[in-house]
Amino acid sequence: MKNRGVLGIGHNILGVITFLVMSLALYMIFMWVPEEATMGPVQKIFYFHVGTAWIGFFAFFIVFIASIAYLRTKERKWDILAEASAEIGVVFITLVIITGPIWARSAWNTWWTWEPRLTTSLILWFIYIAYVLVRASAMESEKKARLAAIFGIIGFIDVPIVFLSIKFWSLNHPFLIENGKMNLDPDMFKTLMVSVLTFTLLYVYLLQKGMAISYIRDEINSIKGKLREKFD
Amino acid sequence: MNYLFAAYMAIWILIFVYTLYLGHRQSNLTKELELLKTALKEKSR
Repeated sequence: MKNRGVLGIGHNILGVITFLVMSLALYMIFMWVPEEATMGPVQKIFYFHVGTAWIGFFAFFIVFIASIAYLRTKERKWDILAEASAEIGVVFITLVIITGPIWARSAWNTWWTWEPRLTTSLILWFIYIAYVLVRASAMESEKKARLAAIFGIIGFIDVPIVFLSIKFWSLNHPFLIENGKMNLDPDMFKTLMVSVLTFTLLYVYLLQKGMAISYIRDEINSIKGKLREKFD
Repeated sequence: MNYLFAAYMAIWILIFVYTLYLGHRQSNLTKELELLKTALKEKSR
């Protein structure tokens, strides 16, 4: 049987590729892409802010899909995928919640405003913090997996609301897509795409690590069970 | 410029701490697993 708790050479290669693409993204952001005329250098926060937001949303989409798959099949692998992805999603949405106000302070002269995009993002963060707390609770494991899967499906409802909030209600937040077209200089768009690729690779790298940890934990619990039987 | 620095530092620190935390957790669990495997082998003898 393949030991899924052991990460092979592929994981290390992915780590190196992620580091190289991250270096390219940083070069493009700080040395290559032109400075935005109105906001100046602080606009460069945008590339990683959007990159981390993309991964936050994508991670919760994976939680949503894996949760549905778990409820349908009851296979442990889906539960492990959802758990690892949710944790990464929380880390990345935390980054969005941190970098957003730093940008807002410079662009709008305030750290926080209760405008729809910011408010719905904060709600999303609270939803997945609650999800992680459910995962950490001392509940019977199958019951916990089922509850977390339901939470993961319902919680995802907020993701399209966050995404569409600037289209329907927001007054301040910049528009990236307007009338189906990118509202961005071509060089800025290329830089943004490299940043998004960087964080996508980082997500896969962290997901592999998170899933391996869960597989090791499962193996530990299985051996503990066998030992208990032998001692009884 | 200070805001730009603060934002990128926050990103690096959090990603670095989280990656380190995962690595630490993985290595601790691997050690525990090896110990348990050894204990199980000895018990099976």
